[in-house]
Amino acid sequence: MTDPDWTKGLDNDRLVWMFTQMTRIREFEERVKRTFTDHPGVIRGHTHLADGAEASIVGSLTAAKPGDQYLATYRCHGYPLALGTDPRAMMAEIYGKTTGLCKGYGGSMHLADPERGFIGTSGIVAQNIPQATGAAYAAQIRGAGQVVLCFFGDGASKQGAFHESLNIASLWKLPIVFVMENNNYNVVTRTDQEDANAAAGEPLSVKAAAFSMPGVTVDGGDPLAVYGEVRSAVARARSGAGPTLVESKVYRLSAHGNIIAPPGVPLHFPEHEAVEVFGDAEEYEAAKLGDPVPRFRGTLVTGGVLSAQDADGVAEAARTEMQEAVTFGLDSPFPPPETALDYAYA
Amino acid sequence: MAREISYIGAINEAIHHEMTRDDTVLYFGQNIATTEGDPFLTAFGSDRVRVTPISETAEIGMAVGAAMAGYRPVVELYMAEFLLVAMDQVVNEGPRMHTMTGGQVKVPLVLKAGYGFTAGWAGQHTGSIYGMFMGVPGLKVALPATAADAKGLMASAIRDDNPVLFLHHYLLTLDEGDVPEGEHVVPFGEADVKRAGTDVTVVATGWMVPRALAAALQLAADGISVEVIDPRTIAPLDMPTILESVAKTGRLVLVDQATRHGSVSAVIAGEVADEGFSLLRAPIKQVTALDTTIAYSKPMEEYVLPDEAKIVGAVRDVLNVDRAETPA
Repeated sequence: MTDPDWTKGLDNDRLVWMFTQMTRIREFEERVKRTFTDHPGVIRGHTHLADGAEASIVGSLTAAKPGDQYLATYRCHGYPLALGTDPRAMMAEIYGKTTGLCKGYGGSMHLADPERGFIGTSGIVAQNIPQATGAAYAAQIRGAGQVVLCFFGDGASKQGAFHESLNIASLWKLPIVFVMENNNYNVVTRTDQEDANAAAGEPLSVKAAAFSMPGVTVDGGDPLAVYGEVRSAVARARSGAGPTLVESKVYRLSAHGNIIAPPGVPLHFPEHEAVEVFGDAEEYEAAKLGDPVPRFRGTLVTGGVLSAQDADGVAEAARTEMQEAVTFGLDSPFPPPETALDYAYA
Repeated sequence: MAREISYIGAINEAIHHEMTRDDTVLYFGQNIATTEGDPFLTAFGSDRVRVTPISETAEIGMAVGAAMAGYRPVVELYMAEFLLVAMDQVVNEGPRMHTMTGGQVKVPLVLKAGYGFTAGWAGQHTGSIYGMFMGVPGLKVALPATAADAKGLMASAIRDDNPVLFLHHYLLTLDEGDVPEGEHVVPFGEADVKRAGTDVTVVATGWMVPRALAAALQLAADGISVEVIDPRTIAPLDMPTILESVAKTGRLVLVDQATRHGSVSAVIAGEVADEGFSLLRAPIKQVTALDTTIAYSKPMEEYVLPDEAKIVGAVRDVLNVDRAETPA
């Protein structure tokens, strides 16, 4: 900790809050994953986990303030947890229960909590990017100083929706920050197999130059580094200077999602694609050594922000909280079948 | 007080009126408001009226996002075919959000696009493609046939809390009709009986409505009384009004500019067969466009489209059958 500004100006309470949120997200995702083995059949369809991206998610959200808005993808469990959404309602949603955040209509891929600014998610790659851009247009003309944070993966930057949206956001100087969580895999396709910049050895943030906006690349495993870059981007957006593309390099610690299987085949999470598809156990083991949650714990303990004992307490509290979420989800009733039509139209 | 204005003038009047009464209504899209003298720009300013790049996915996606954030965008898309560039946003985003969030999010927006431009625009700009949208849950579809309905349905579209596809027929653009001044709202899901009759029910939409009325006039000279119904919105679709008419006439001709299997008429025929089979004294007859891409050359274009003669022929056909007289 030779850098005197290593806390980026954040006080101890805020730093501990960040660690707490990262720990809660990890614990929640581990409990989702364990549900596949502990309670087979409870989670249906396709679930995507944010483990490995906790530092990026929490670092980004630390730069926002109440009133700001967020749109994300199907990999959407982390953001609402950090924004204060009840994990019991989230787990119940993932279990398809009527007590769920979306009353069982959305499931894992479509969480939303508009009261906390988390206004929506799209399960289709990149399609939340124009929506976030529209929300930023709304924020601009509302004139209340709101900023929109738009979260998506590296794969989304191969979609037209990404390019069309960044063009308009820059042209109109919209108050938005595009946070690309680059985990180097589009399902089982590696980035350098599908991205001209990656293949040329360039960071994906160079795409910003095509739209005359700043583009930065940051270590997404370091919540303070992410916070520093997103804070600058948020300040730029709030000042009316326009959008920024932040490429946050993360390593997801689970596979893209649970296996896609026909009825009768128990769902489970396979090994990460590095191991399962590419036979590259070394890459995966190296990534685990850089796991952002213990890494940040080490930073805070070493920096004297948090004692090891207190850090254990945070982890223990998260375990208790997420166990309660699992119990609540399991114990909650299913929605009455005939309510399937309740929200077909507003 | 009503006065004669054009169909397109009526649509613009509705947008203008709604923007005046509700500050959250926005109007953006391609090739609008590019000059300072633009009437919408002058009236409402560049916050609420903007030209966009030619980026349909972004335009419609932004409308979804702005709607989720509390506004009521109207997107100018020019031609219905341009929706096809952005089908995910049109079909799989906006209309799904309210349901997927358990009612937490509303997406009030209007996609305004012209269709049916069968005036030599050849294969890619002439379609009547509403069939692929009317079955999308969460999406409403309006097809005005008169200037007054165009104004009233646009007002309803903007006030609706759901995504609405407002399709105006290009060939009706300059048709004039009596249009009420000021507030004029036509509710969705209420068909209009454009002409009352007793012998045969004809259901038609858009540009087919004046064709059907002309056919009805011609048949009246032979003593045949045709009832012409315009559903006005095809999602929601006012089946009770159609079934009530069929109960009276026992005969149904469906006229639709869309290709047969992508048509509203196929849906109505299915519903009547399901709900009103016992009312029918003759088989349902569908007069639709033929199942082909519209050709550029005029004689071929005309050949595939429904016209007055084909409607008259279909009405005579259903009158020549009487199931009640057919031995079981």
